[in-house]
Amino acid sequence: MKDMGVPGIMRFSRMGKKRRPRKKNASLGPPLECNSRLRELMATHYLLSRYAQGAKPVAWVTSGAPVEILRPFGFYTFYPENHGALCGAQKMGPELCAEAEEHGYHQDLCSYARIDLGHYFSGKTPVGRLPKPDLLFASNNICQTVVYWYKALAEYWKIPLILFDTPYNFREISKADISYMVRQLEEMIPLLEQISKRRFRYKRFREIVGIAKEASLTWGEVLSTMKARPSPMTIFDAFTHLAPIVSLRGLPAALEHYRALLAELEKRVAQGVGAIKNERWRLMWDNIAIWYKMRDFANLFAERGMNFVTATYTNAWTETIGYLDETKPFESMAKAYSLVILNNNLDHRLQLMERLIQEFQVDGLVIHSARSCKPYSVGQYDLKRLITERLEIPTVVIEADITDSRAYSEEQAMVRLEAFFETLEG
Amino acid sequence: MNYFGGIDVGAISTEAVIIDEGDGISGYSIVETGANSTDAADEAFGKALLAAGIHRDAVTYIAATGYGRVSVPLANKTVTEISCHALGAKYLFPNTGTVIDIGGQDSKVIRVGDSGKVLDFTMNDKCAAGTGRFLEVMASKLRVSLEEMGELSLHAKAEAHISSVCTVFAESEVVSLVAKNQPKEEIIKGLNRAITNRVWGMVKAVGVYVPVTMSGGVAKNRGVVTLMEEKLGKPIRVYAEPQIVGALGAALFARKQSREGM
Repeated sequence: MKDMGVPGIMRFSRMGKKRRPRKKNASLGPPLECNSRLRELMATHYLLSRYAQGAKPVAWVTSGAPVEILRPFGFYTFYPENHGALCGAQKMGPELCAEAEEHGYHQDLCSYARIDLGHYFSGKTPVGRLPKPDLLFASNNICQTVVYWYKALAEYWKIPLILFDTPYNFREISKADISYMVRQLEEMIPLLEQISKRRFRYKRFREIVGIAKEASLTWGEVLSTMKARPSPMTIFDAFTHLAPIVSLRGLPAALEHYRALLAELEKRVAQGVGAIKNERWRLMWDNIAIWYKMRDFANLFAERGMNFVTATYTNAWTETIGYLDETKPFESMAKAYSLVILNNNLDHRLQLMERLIQEFQVDGLVIHSARSCKPYSVGQYDLKRLITERLEIPTVVIEADITDSRAYSEEQAMVRLEAFFETLEG
Repeated sequence: MNYFGGIDVGAISTEAVIIDEGDGISGYSIVETGANSTDAADEAFGKALLAAGIHRDAVTYIAATGYGRVSVPLANKTVTEISCHALGAKYLFPNTGTVIDIGGQDSKVIRVGDSGKVLDFTMNDKCAAGTGRFLEVMASKLRVSLEEMGELSLHAKAEAHISSVCTVFAESEVVSLVAKNQPKEEIIKGLNRAITNRVWGMVKAVGVYVPVTMSGGVAKNRGVVTLMEEKLGKPIRVYAEPQIVGALGAALFARKQSREGM
């Protein structure tokens, strides 16, 4: 059965086995119809990736890289971070991280990186098999770790690595910064032609930039439906439905998916259907999801009538995309990709969080301090203090990790969350 | 007369406090938690009843707090220790702005608002650095009691430098200081400094809102309190029995809950 591929996501591996019926949480509203659509879409993506090898050039890409430039060359793109999240949700994080640690990688290294390197050493994955890349494509707009992680992969596989270097935005982005980034994109083209053995088609490229922009804007509209009371979905749904905008950006499939999801959510809003039955409090989430705790947290908060209606994380894939412009694809990409939340200053982040709190009528803020993600977690205590003082809403920090559950202590997290609930409920 | 009980089942010790409808603590007790939270809660509560000189039936409502709060069948309600320390400290020192609680397994810094509401808080991460456990490990290494650690450090002529906040690494630093015959008092002062610096970082994260009240077992260590006062530049309030502040807060919650209707 495993040979059919993607057993984990398609749940093929469970075929014929008796499934323990999962107790439905009475506090949750009806599940989204688009969930099965998403599962099929992502399963197909992982399944096809296995057959891409040899048929198409394969690129492994970081989540913040300007993937639109690869698409005209027909690259099949694969996202190790998305795969890492999947491993985390399947509770395989510690096992894969340990594989990397056995080869000398330190526990303090990002667990997405450790999972990916762990996969390299062991071949373990919940999706059957990953396609071997012909090219690695990284941008340091999300962190510096990706640079060294991808350098390691490039060395192991003896394949080229293209790095898109984005200057950090301390105050304002300069013209020199933009032209520095545009030059890099232009210089990539002959390399990409060589690797893919295809000529660059500028017209096609512009179309792709247009599709990517449209999909990101639609994703933004999807998130905006959560302004409604009650919110038609929870942030835990959004964390899952984030996969296409990360992994399939620039492809029509992502756009189609978000149009379908948006239609469903708008219908829910019109009918007053909430993601949780009794929405009493509206919360904001900061940082990447704790993938192995998604279901537990969804239930825990729903039972208390608390719904996460916005997150800086899900917002990241729509925040700067408005800058994209098909008529100036290179310049606009430089701007859109260098101004992402993790490459932008803390003042910006504070303003963004304050705006989201107001627009989504947020009553409380839960901050995940992720051991893996230093660029996301640094400054969180300052942000917390400033938001508590300025907006007078309760906030809490929980220390955990995105996929390595060994860095999470249930008892300690629960004490913090319960104290937060007590403050919120007064 | 109706009485209300608060039981705080901590990592090292368990406390019970009984209050009446008026303004007084009728009785309290402190016992070791040992291996069973339920037994420790029963024992502490029984002793507090004896101290108060009242019968079990006179206590109409009980709230439990601390790590073992879910294992207290006696309790009508559970409340987190963060809310309890805030309320307890506010009751003892009504204008408290910040509570620093250093317990056996946790240290926390709580910003308290009017009527004892928690406005903000932070706790140590998943590590014993900056907790009572840190001092407990060092006390056993140096063969002194926890109570002596405060007094001894106040008489130190100099101070040993402890660079690590990690309990395990600091312990090996202590081993090498002992090997060099550094006086015990000086090592203890260095240890008190290490824990103070660690907790001070948490105070700064929440923001300094004076007056500051300290609670928890480590508040009995005059050495730590003095160093913390030096950092703050202002005196810190410490109740005569700082260990019972959490249980007192729980008892106050019990009384509040009872008044608001069960």
